Amino acid sequence: MTQDDATQIGAMDALRVFDRGEYDLLQPVDIEGLRAHNRANKSKALVDKRMTEKEAVSRFFEDGQYLGIELYGTVRCPMSVVREVIRQIRDRNITNLRICGQGCFEQELLANTGAIKGSDWTYTGLEVYGISPSWRRAVESGAVERVCEWSNAAIAWRFKAAGMGVPFLPVQVMQGTDTLRCSSAMVIENPYGAGKVALVPALIVDLGLIHVSRADKYGNCQIDGISGFAREMSRASKRLIVSAEEIVDTDVIREHPDRTQIPYFLVDAVVEAPFGSHPGEMAGAYVRDEPHIKSYYQDAQDAEKAQTYMEKWIYAVPDHEQYLDLVGRDHLESLRLGRDV
Amino acid sequence: MTENGYSPNELLICVASRLMEDGTTAFIGTGIPMLAASLAQRQHAPDLMPIFEFGGMGARLERLPLAVGDMWTFHRGLIAAGICDAMEFAQLGFVDYGFLGGAQIDAYGNLNSTVIGEQKHPKVRLPGSGGANDVGSCCWNTIILMQHSKRRFLEKIDFLTTPGYLTGPGAREQAGLPANTGPYRVVTNLATLDFHPESKRMRLIGLNPGVTKDQVIEETGFELLVADSLAQNAPPSAEELRLLRDEIDKDRFYI
Repeated sequence: MTQDDATQIGAMDALRVFDRGEYDLLQPVDIEGLRAHNRANKSKALVDKRMTEKEAVSRFFEDGQYLGIELYGTVRCPMSVVREVIRQIRDRNITNLRICGQGCFEQELLANTGAIKGSDWTYTGLEVYGISPSWRRAVESGAVERVCEWSNAAIAWRFKAAGMGVPFLPVQVMQGTDTLRCSSAMVIENPYGAGKVALVPALIVDLGLIHVSRADKYGNCQIDGISGFAREMSRASKRLIVSAEEIVDTDVIREHPDRTQIPYFLVDAVVEAPFGSHPGEMAGAYVRDEPHIKSYYQDAQDAEKAQTYMEKWIYAVPDHEQYLDLVGRDHLESLRLGRDV
Repeated sequence: MTENGYSPNELLICVASRLMEDGTTAFIGTGIPMLAASLAQRQHAPDLMPIFEFGGMGARLERLPLAVGDMWTFHRGLIAAGICDAMEFAQLGFVDYGFLGGAQIDAYGNLNSTVIGEQKHPKVRLPGSGGANDVGSCCWNTIILMQHSKRRFLEKIDFLTTPGYLTGPGAREQAGLPANTGPYRVVTNLATLDFHPESKRMRLIGLNPGVTKDQVIEETGFELLVADSLAQNAPPSAEELRLLRDEIDKDRFYI
């Protein structure tokens, strides 16, 4: 702060801060930096961005990054890209990642790599099956060194703030709790009326991964069903890899422009990944592979067996096509939704 | 399964389901609230509007969702939006009920679902807030579903993930939370409880079949208020059990 700034603030009514989370930000709030990055790196021209998982991850994934993965690891999750990230974590000896912990199966698999050092945590678990076994080991052992707490809405609104191009949003949640104490949110007086309001800082991710129903080669994306936090996180990602169940002609996009949730200029790579959410589900397309998820959950109670899964389903498989072969094409077809749903 | 022919979870689902009102909105989380909501829709509350945090609203709960974002959370629904929409409706005061669970609870209905031990050096790392803090902050009435035991009903919880009445009357408003919100009922495998209108401390108001007042007090780790007269919660009816077993949870994920 300059002398002038300080004098100016002193001369005006300073807003009172009532409460402040004790934890430092895991990722800086640099809106000017995001704007400059977008100007320098995001082409507004219609450029063909199709590439494989391997190319996309090689180009945009780096050690030291903060990752964001949408949605939950069993629902419209970019699993084919996550598996490639995991292979490259091993092959490129990547050791220092931070992540936003709004996840499930994909985060469980990432925890098995040992490369996650920090998490803005809201929920990490396997829902119906309960606590996420590998994450639990990683946090209890101290392998994940920094864990900041947030609520689901807080994380979504943090993406929304970044996606709006503002450094924070005022919200009604987290106040009065240890969740706020173990975060970097704060509580200030409401400048426009009575009472207090919590502020949550914008969350800008270095690399975002989102799986969609369909996209064109430029990256215009449609999502069937709920949109989770895809809209917000796509705008908050410095680099964004989109995988899609199918690549469609741009005419399909132009036919229904109201359905475009993510416009092309946000997107850096477009990966065609049919059954890209497996073993998770895709609304309107296929259900999740329950025996696969259940069997992982049972195995992962034991750290070594979790690694056996990683070897069989990720490290030993070079790409998504061969993963689908390993799962079995007939088995995948059996997961497709019938016309009655 | 008890000698009465139903399991403790089945009873919990039925008691929770009976609290769900037709024509109201309810935030539904993974697990028992999903079964209770599905049961309520098939019985007394066909227009119960379930809201799932990732954006599904008004679904017909014909199939049991296994995740709060899965396709059954908006199956034949009225809206398939996103997480911000769902949470913003709660901030706007459109959500009547929110269903919550946790590993630990105190006398003011504050919940811990984050950690056993210290947050920085956890003995057990739990799944975290998820949407719980949001539901507990913004819904008009929250209904908490818990297993009743001295290890879970504590004088002091290890971590305050989700706000109940915090430290007592007026504390929520003092902290900055929206006015006139807070825990409404606690439903356990033993009893139903509410919160005393003045002290905001938990109070026993109803007993499950075969459970005594002393048993509930024994399984509660803080001083429990007891209402003057105690209701008797009815056991699951034959029809409730049939719906749960043959239609709602055929694959036995929860019951």
